[in-house]
Amino acid sequence: MSLELTLGACGACALSGVFGFLSARRSPLGQTAAAAVMVIASAAGMVGALAAVIDGTTTTAAVRGVLPDWPFQVRLDPLSGFFLAPIFLLGIVGPVYGLGYWRQADHVRTGRRLGLCYGLLVAGLALVALSADGATFLFAWEIMALSAFFLVATEDHEREARYAGWVYLIAAHVGTLLLFALFAILRAATGSFELRRLAPEEAGLGLQTVIFLLAFAGFGLKAGMMPLHFWLPGAHASAPSHVSAILSAIVLKIGIYGLIRTSMLLPDLSIACGLLVLVSGVASAVFGVAFALGQHDLKRLLAYHSIENIGIILMGLGLAIVGAATRRSEWLVLGLSGCLLHVWNHCLFKALLFLAAGSVVHATHTREIDELGGLAKRMPLTAAMFAIGAAAICGLPPLNGFASEFLVYLGLFHAATDDSAAFSGVALAAPALALVGTLAVACFVKEFGAVFLGAPRAAHAAAAIEAPWSMIAPMALLAALCAAIGLCPLIVFPCLDGVLATWPGFSGPRLAELAPYPSMIALGAALVLAAGVGVLYVHRRSARARRAAVVTWDCGYLLPRATMQYTSSSFAAQLVGLYRWILRPRIQRAPPAGVFPGRSQFASHVPDVVLDGVLSPIWYRFKSRLAVLRVLQHGRVQRYIVYILVALCGLLLSLVPVMDLARKLVGK
Amino acid sequence: MNFLPDLFDLAMHVLLLLAMPPLLLGVINKTKAWFGGRVGPPLLQPYYDLAKLMRKDVVLSATTTWMFLAGPVVTLAAVVLAGLLVPLGRFDAPICFNGDLILFAYLFALGRFFTTAAALDTGSSFEGMGASREVTFACLAEPALFLAFLVLVKYSGALSLTRMLHAPMAHELSTLPFAPLILVGAGLFIVLLAENCRIPVDDPNTHLELTMIHEVMVLDHSGPLLGLVLYGAAIKLFVLSAVLLHVIAPFTTDLAVAAWPLFAFEMLALAAVIGVVESVMARLQMRHVPTLLVSASLLCGFGFLLMLR
Repeated sequence: MSLELTLGACGACALSGVFGFLSARRSPLGQTAAAAVMVIASAAGMVGALAAVIDGTTTTAAVRGVLPDWPFQVRLDPLSGFFLAPIFLLGIVGPVYGLGYWRQADHVRTGRRLGLCYGLLVAGLALVALSADGATFLFAWEIMALSAFFLVATEDHEREARYAGWVYLIAAHVGTLLLFALFAILRAATGSFELRRLAPEEAGLGLQTVIFLLAFAGFGLKAGMMPLHFWLPGAHASAPSHVSAILSAIVLKIGIYGLIRTSMLLPDLSIACGLLVLVSGVASAVFGVAFALGQHDLKRLLAYHSIENIGIILMGLGLAIVGAATRRSEWLVLGLSGCLLHVWNHCLFKALLFLAAGSVVHATHTREIDELGGLAKRMPLTAAMFAIGAAAICGLPPLNGFASEFLVYLGLFHAATDDSAAFSGVALAAPALALVGTLAVACFVKEFGAVFLGAPRAAHAAAAIEAPWSMIAPMALLAALCAAIGLCPLIVFPCLDGVLATWPGFSGPRLAELAPYPSMIALGAALVLAAGVGVLYVHRRSARARRAAVVTWDCGYLLPRATMQYTSSSFAAQLVGLYRWILRPRIQRAPPAGVFPGRSQFASHVPDVVLDGVLSPIWYRFKSRLAVLRVLQHGRVQRYIVYILVALCGLLLSLVPVMDLARKLVGK
Repeated sequence: MNFLPDLFDLAMHVLLLLAMPPLLLGVINKTKAWFGGRVGPPLLQPYYDLAKLMRKDVVLSATTTWMFLAGPVVTLAAVVLAGLLVPLGRFDAPICFNGDLILFAYLFALGRFFTTAAALDTGSSFEGMGASREVTFACLAEPALFLAFLVLVKYSGALSLTRMLHAPMAHELSTLPFAPLILVGAGLFIVLLAENCRIPVDDPNTHLELTMIHEVMVLDHSGPLLGLVLYGAAIKLFVLSAVLLHVIAPFTTDLAVAAWPLFAFEMLALAAVIGVVESVMARLQMRHVPTLLVSASLLCGFGFLLMLR
């Protein structure tokens, strides 16, 4: 039943965009119908997925008829269900948010395409999570990659969006190539495309390591871990915000899903693989947040934080793999459940943050943080939602980010108590995670403070108005889930235990025995209660002051102006300075000079070290030499059809058993 | 995991946590006055200040929002809860569970988030400056704290603050791993000074807004709001001092009557030491503070390496 529900939801989502093309160009009807279908289908799919996770059941089926003569093998087990749930959650919140954010009447040219691709993306993601054989997996993977490309390049009249789209497409296909190699090797080892656990005699340790490394690179590229993240910041910043939300919340996680799935297929994963994942997790987390600090674009900053959170997720997974390889079940339980719970949590708060950022962009038409300010007075609900998301992503108690980071920390501290000195070194990831946590606090205080607090720095920020209900409601749902998981993490334990039980050969303690959540729930409640009562008290005490509010104390200066405020760039300047060896900020300045100084200016920007520092220069060096290939790509459709014909003939000829014919001829 | 100590000890814990912190500030100020050859304010002056502030009215800037009010309140709630996780002297903390040290550190982070956001809420460039410095130095101090925790976790094999911090006390003095504990003690002392904005990182008595860290963030807070801020800062000093004492002075007494007075005496002595440090040192230039904080991390990191032998 669960499998049918999820498959049905998958199909309905894929087709939902059709309504847009059936209605008139400016009519909101098609969009509303598509959103309604998406919400109903996704809700049903989510029920099915969660049921499979909690019951711990595995169901398989073959779907015929999508491709001729090639049945799709699908399977719903707790791990797929665990990733399907957030996919369908975004299937609910995205289209509803789009009703206010990307209204068909305002976006006549792009609205219907966006609706279609959004539905296809949700369906493609769900099919990736459901697929049980390599071919289906790659088919679904390609649907996902291509629909995501069209979504990133929605605003293709802007150069920035086109560039981001192309970079994304190239990165996605490099990743797909690696996955082709991965599945080809798997097929060679097992003799079929079915994704099943390898027997030790089917693949030696060397082959298993090669499989793991291919998966690590291919899925790591999708997950956006450092240094394979180069496509991510541009793509997530240029896309419409509810698309950024699903890209960041889900599409990255499907890379994590692939990595966990592959890890489960391999019978003896070595410690080195686990350490590799752990170390790249630490690198992604630290450098992701460091780059985020240097950004002054509202959404680009959030995109770099996705890299950081992928790092935290990989740290949990790395610890789990090391634990599995060394038979330390506590590490496995804490690492894997920290990894999985952070997958969910990051979905919730990052989607929330992108949607809130979208509300800001919608109201002010700019993503430049230093042109905003004072929005908490003009958009109080959006500000509150963003504050919840910001506190959650920093891992502050009592919100959900803390619940999952706590599990990873606890696993790392368990490693510190280990008898063997070599493995205690794993625990050094804990101070690194602490560093990441404090940098995240710095970064989100910077973003929240510069955007929502203080006074508006430009006219469009002063004129902002609150977002409509269709944008607030999805954010409220996500914020409520963040608070619920944070205040009572026990509600997700059945799901985590369900997935843990499917880890091959797992016979460890249950999560509830290791994680002391009852005391934390009490403390969280006490914290909320104390803060609530305290705020009410100071609110009453300051009632008179609010009526007679004065100007901010600026050390005796009577007329402080909004432009005198500390900007986000100045706020982060000191930290960016400490990390300039990796961030390499570009600073342009024309300082005031002379007795009567004229115009002066200062601008600083932190470019991406991999894309702008390494890949672009290499690309531009080879670009001119590749120009010869332009002969093939000239834009004439007729010739392209000839290519197709030639390719088809070639493929048909390859079916002809040439050697047999030759042998027969020789035999005669 | 969760065990309640005697009701009397619980009451003493809460009482000391809530009532003693301003006294530490009084001792620090008295020590500094003594070094300066002055009489100095009365020992109980911080209490009088708090009482006066709580009676006063509030002045609010028109720029501020709910965040400005929430800042002091959430910070105070967070440090008090953190104080309930730390064992005082030889007594167990009221709340103790595996991993409470992580919650302990993150409660301070929660306080920092709200303090700095409240500072930015005023839209003042000075307060933005203070907030920027606060988060920058915290980023350097936090790894040191976690490295120190790692050493103690490794030494004690326990994952809760109570059992971890009681481990040095439980062993014979001669069997203690002196080198790592001394390194961790030094590192934690630097963290204590930095987190509480004492000399040589910040000067609580400085008069120039441009050079302040903590004091400049709360320029616009007045009346009860300022009272809550100062009270929260005092509790933070108390809580971190209580942690440090377990590492640098793991003494205990078998005499039940003397245990609480011994703890109170140790706390006051530590406050006097901080006063001495403040008296004999000038504050560092702002650009040299990161070096000091990184050295704290290095000290604790070396301590961990020594434990790995």
